[in-house]
Amino acid sequence: MKSSILVALRMTVVTLVLTGLVYPLVTTGLAQALFRERANGSLITDGKGHVVGSELIGQAFAAPYYFWSRPSSAGEKGYDATASSGSNLGTTSKKLRDRVAADSARLHKENPGAMGAVPNDLLAASGSGLDPHISPEAARWQIPRVARARGVAGERVALLVDAAVEPRELGILGDARVNVLLLNVALDRQFGAQR
Amino acid sequence: MTANGWLQILVFFALVVAVTAPLGAYMFRVFEGRHQPLPRLLGPVERALYRLGGVDRTREQTWVEYTVALLVFSAAGVLVTYVLQRLQHVLPLNPQQLGAVEPTLAFNTAVSFGTNTNWQSYAGESTMSYLTQMAALAWHNFTSAAAGMGVALAVARGLTRRPGPDGAKTLGNFWVDLTRAIVYVLLPLSLVFALVLVSQGVLQNFAAYREVTTLEGAKQLLAMGPVASQEAIKELGTNGGGFFNANSAHPFENPTPFTNLIEMLLIFAIPAGLTFTYGRMARDQKQGWAIFAAMSALFFAGVAACYWAEAHGHNMEGKEQRFGIAASALFATVTTDASCGAVNAMHDSFTPLGGLVPLVNIALGEVIFGGVGAGLYGVLIFVVLTVFIAGLMVGRTPEYLGKKIEQREMKLAMLYILIFPLIILGLSAWASVVPYGVSSLNNGGPHGLSEILYAYTSGTGNNGSAFGGINANTRFWNTTLAVAMLFGRFFMMIPVLAIAGSMLNKKTVPPGPGTFPTNGVLFTALLLGVIVIVGALTFFPALSLGPVVEHFVAHGGKVY
Repeated sequence: MKSSILVALRMTVVTLVLTGLVYPLVTTGLAQALFRERANGSLITDGKGHVVGSELIGQAFAAPYYFWSRPSSAGEKGYDATASSGSNLGTTSKKLRDRVAADSARLHKENPGAMGAVPNDLLAASGSGLDPHISPEAARWQIPRVARARGVAGERVALLVDAAVEPRELGILGDARVNVLLLNVALDRQFGAQR
Repeated sequence: MTANGWLQILVFFALVVAVTAPLGAYMFRVFEGRHQPLPRLLGPVERALYRLGGVDRTREQTWVEYTVALLVFSAAGVLVTYVLQRLQHVLPLNPQQLGAVEPTLAFNTAVSFGTNTNWQSYAGESTMSYLTQMAALAWHNFTSAAAGMGVALAVARGLTRRPGPDGAKTLGNFWVDLTRAIVYVLLPLSLVFALVLVSQGVLQNFAAYREVTTLEGAKQLLAMGPVASQEAIKELGTNGGGFFNANSAHPFENPTPFTNLIEMLLIFAIPAGLTFTYGRMARDQKQGWAIFAAMSALFFAGVAACYWAEAHGHNMEGKEQRFGIAASALFATVTTDASCGAVNAMHDSFTPLGGLVPLVNIALGEVIFGGVGAGLYGVLIFVVLTVFIAGLMVGRTPEYLGKKIEQREMKLAMLYILIFPLIILGLSAWASVVPYGVSSLNNGGPHGLSEILYAYTSGTGNNGSAFGGINANTRFWNTTLAVAMLFGRFFMMIPVLAIAGSMLNKKTVPPGPGTFPTNGVLFTALLLGVIVIVGALTFFPALSLGPVVEHFVAHGGKVY
């Protein structure tokens, strides 16, 4: 028993050093050498070279001349990248039903030229609250508003959206999607920043 | 449901089938072979660990010695993890200067990772320093997974070893199993797949959180950290504790549909492979495949039901666009089949029947591939039970792999089967009638009960996923869940090891005309029946009051 405890204590220290310190440090060294940009957050820059965010982390957009992201439960105001979270509201939640109804009414009001019902994902908060993507339908649905706010033809914006659609990986995996931040950066590049 | 959705499910399963035999054969060589693989590269690491740990690798242990070693090692690990959390504010690698973790939360988390549960009452990015994440939590991901594999191997040895003339007394050496699991299996695979994940966008750095100015001019603080190294072992060891609060739904943990596929594959790889390893130990590969087949049938039943329910409801709440409904339902099924508990979508926001599937998967005892090691030893208990029931039906003494199953083994097996629901239902009943229990709920009505039931099922089943709306970071929840996790792990391991010890010494009799074969379709079907009936009889009443009632209530349009 006594020797068993001694071995247990020694193995505790040894495995902790190997798997808890050496392993993550070696991984970091290799990751920084091989995939530096990815390992550090896939940051992206605008036309002027300013870092405007991470390709992988969604942002809140409210201006009419940008495409908007999905609702977010990350932090108080949403898209808080230090407080990832879904709403965790279930199908029978009154809070969820009210939120969807209010968002739907607001989106219809703010998108007068939009065709049809609000796409599903624009009314549903993502699991992380940081989803960088919307569905291609949700992007197309917003084209009339964005085009009008920028004073350009809808077709020209639609071309940008089409170019931004990422298909399923390998044709099979996941769902088609549009990265909202990348699309908005492309918008600014093509039609000029609004601010 | 779409054809493409099903194609994703089939592609995933094909990959699982493809890795089962090679990985299983590799693990057999690692644990049972005379010479371990990669002797030049990994041999020195293995020997160094024995030397530094003071392990005599030639000395085998009895089941009691094996159990004591496991328990002492686990206790030491829980203690160290507790201390690291409590002292993280004075330790290095804490760029955000996060404070010491509150005592009941630190206790809950230490138990959670020590039991391979990885239930998380905290949000990683706002609670745990980088050192705590890697040295306290990811370290446990290795050791608790390796310990689980050790128990599975010990049980397999108990069932498959043929005693010599003076009997067999030992079933391996815990330290050797632990070391080999880490050095030959978990560590190399984690390193390779961590780098694959980084190449797709998973973080791996020690930088302070990065502030950026968004396109609309707001400030956004991006959480950073050594994520990939933890992510790989989190899936491979079926641990499931996310670096971030949103777990594998977080784009920095699981950035693309491709990483999603990799992560799911890592979850099933070892539990599936171990069925093959077991077949080899039993000197009859079909014994392993019969178990694999039963697990696969339950997996497909689960994923079909979950995918149908979520697709039917067009339910995107709590799901990421890049994964979509099919890959979210698939992940939810995989992670709860395999006691992993990582999530890429919020189970709490699933439709009532979609959320029922993960709950049932855990309630069946985490034997649908199950946890690393825990899945195999769990299913072997059901195998023993099935053999016993089959024996009763035809009035013969039941035997498994030529060894008689007698009163002692059945008592221990029943203990294993009964402890599980006793903890879950007992604690759920308590929590649902006291104000300090229900005040933590995020949803009302039957869904609130589902949140309670899910929490204790997940804790006791050592899964770690949650109906995440529940605020479990209170003294009551942290403490009772820690108890559930401890009992669910060790009070179930001990009877299992005891069965292994008592089976070890039994003489093997050659199969006769009346022997019930345990390697065919009939046995697989019976095993399925036993798993489902035991699970259903135990949990049906509670489940009907939660998800089932909610389903009908939701149809009626009622909200809470």
